[in-house]
Amino acid sequence: MKTNDFVLAVEGLTVSFDGFKAVNDLSLYVDEGEIRVIIGPNGAGKTTVLDLICGRTKSTEGSIKFRDKELTKMSEHEIVHAGVGRKFQNPSIYEDLTVFENLELSYPKGRSVFGALFFKRDQQVIDQVNEIAESIFLKDLLEQPAGLLSHGQKQWLEIGMLLIQKPDLLMLDEPVAGMSVAERRKTAELLKRITKGRSVIVIEHDMQFAEEIADRVTVLHQGKVLSEGSMERVQKDPKVVEVYLGH
Amino acid sequence: MMHSLKQIFPRNDVIAFAILAVILAVVFPLTMDIFRLNLVGKYLTYAFVALGLVLCWGYGGILSLGQGIFFGLGGYCMAMFLKLEASSPENTAIQSTPGIPDFMDWNQLTELPWFWEPFHSLPFTLFAVIAVPTVFAFFIGVAMFKRRVGGVYFAIITQAIAAILTILIIGQQGYTGGVNGITDLRTFLGWDIRTDSAKYLLYFVNLVLLFVCLAIAQFVRKNKLGRILVAMRVREERVRFSGYDVSNFKIFVFCIGAMFSAIGGAMFTLQVGFMSPTFVGIVPSIEMVILCAVGGRLSIFGAIYGALLVNFAKTSFSETFPELWLFAMGALFISVVLFFPNGLASLYQQYVLPWVQAKFKRQPKAIATEQKAKTEVKSASQKTDDDDDSASLIAGARYEN
Repeated sequence: MKTNDFVLAVEGLTVSFDGFKAVNDLSLYVDEGEIRVIIGPNGAGKTTVLDLICGRTKSTEGSIKFRDKELTKMSEHEIVHAGVGRKFQNPSIYEDLTVFENLELSYPKGRSVFGALFFKRDQQVIDQVNEIAESIFLKDLLEQPAGLLSHGQKQWLEIGMLLIQKPDLLMLDEPVAGMSVAERRKTAELLKRITKGRSVIVIEHDMQFAEEIADRVTVLHQGKVLSEGSMERVQKDPKVVEVYLGH
Repeated sequence: MMHSLKQIFPRNDVIAFAILAVILAVVFPLTMDIFRLNLVGKYLTYAFVALGLVLCWGYGGILSLGQGIFFGLGGYCMAMFLKLEASSPENTAIQSTPGIPDFMDWNQLTELPWFWEPFHSLPFTLFAVIAVPTVFAFFIGVAMFKRRVGGVYFAIITQAIAAILTILIIGQQGYTGGVNGITDLRTFLGWDIRTDSAKYLLYFVNLVLLFVCLAIAQFVRKNKLGRILVAMRVREERVRFSGYDVSNFKIFVFCIGAMFSAIGGAMFTLQVGFMSPTFVGIVPSIEMVILCAVGGRLSIFGAIYGALLVNFAKTSFSETFPELWLFAMGALFISVVLFFPNGLASLYQQYVLPWVQAKFKRQPKAIATEQKAKTEVKSASQKTDDDDDSASLIAGARYEN
């Protein structure tokens, strides 16, 4: 199978922490424009897989190819420049800055030291920030310090901070954790909207939510792929039922 | 251009600049004799260091306990130039080797060491004052930040470097003047720096340089770079995953801090007339952090006031109870950290500023008293203003003022 048909091709990926293999010989292929949901019990290695892709953790073995670029040898910011965006499990935003400034900082311009020093807040930046703010339901809160947002709003803001980077691959770690039912619905709608034209990997515990958004589902167990396919198929897989859905 | 200038110097900051300028350039020179003014000048050389720490520590979250390194390097570069000028063959005719600094002669050196040679030249010296500490900071920065050494580890390493440098200077007596430092400095290009008129002039030169550094600091913090520093302080990981090479930003701000310190050090040498390892080591480096903490580590103006206040206190206190000063200093640091972690500047912002703003707002309100409806609207809007203020206080660490 040729790897360049996929946006992301993970092959034989292994990482061991002092002998413990958190991810063990894992292979995963994500298509152009696909929404892939990764599920699995606690400690299955879901977050570690995202960490490996975005360069936060270095792999012990294996390769991660993103549009034919080998990510395992790149540093975090280079991976971002290549077009991979990552949202963390806990909302990770800049509390001391306003919503506008949060989005502006994430705008992919002036990323070097001197670029940042002589960065101009031109109309293009302002327009972009406004557009993104509108899509993440924060249009009226642009001047508000981000630390004062509600939990759900913080999650949206972080998603917005990724969107403004225009990544080709978006990785979201439990985007609806801790959200109210209404916020959850809005987020599902938001995700459907923003996934047009890009590939997305979502880690999710909430089965219903996963079913709602997923094109395909990958079930991880003990650092390995246990099952893969449509939600329906995965749910019927006896192996999955045994380790994950059975209890 | 006008627009961006306004962004970098908002009204509040312009007022703060003006007040500081009036105090330092008008009030002090008019009310103090030259002895006291020279002391203030000396304190202000520490303000350069404190200012650098505001950017480095307050904004970037990089606590350096070794700013004395850069203060000292800058000061020593200047002292070497002045010492060479004071050691002309005529002045040193009684030495066994005339034309070299006296301490070298005492240490049986018969020739000027190679690294002293270029300090005959003023342009080289001025270049070295800035370049030597900044390049040194750059190397420390690359070695530490590229390997992601930070926080406490970084603070300890800078402290170790400060200690090492002190030991090196003291140990290499023949090359550096040892524990006494470089003393007996007389003239700067033939101009006697020990006279009162020279001290006046140097005070104002110092002031101009301080305001240049303040303007640079203001430019840095009001730019996107300043916001990245604030972001980095709490969410380094997020900044990295927004596509920034975090280490470069840390190196940059550390170098800026070093450069400011070095300018302070050079001005210290000029105004005080000597340089010694007591301004390089651990104790002075920590004192400099205290200046910054007392003034407010998020406030570039606070740093200046902090440097002045603590040093005034130090002078008057240590005149009466010399042995108690270090304890008082320690107590001061602990209480600042415990009770107002953002220093005097935060007290000003919390208590004085709202009062001042209320004063300014009351006037238009008084005019509109006849129309009750209007007043109601006004007070309502004022209420929301107040809410905004408290909101930004809750958000903590507002990076203004």
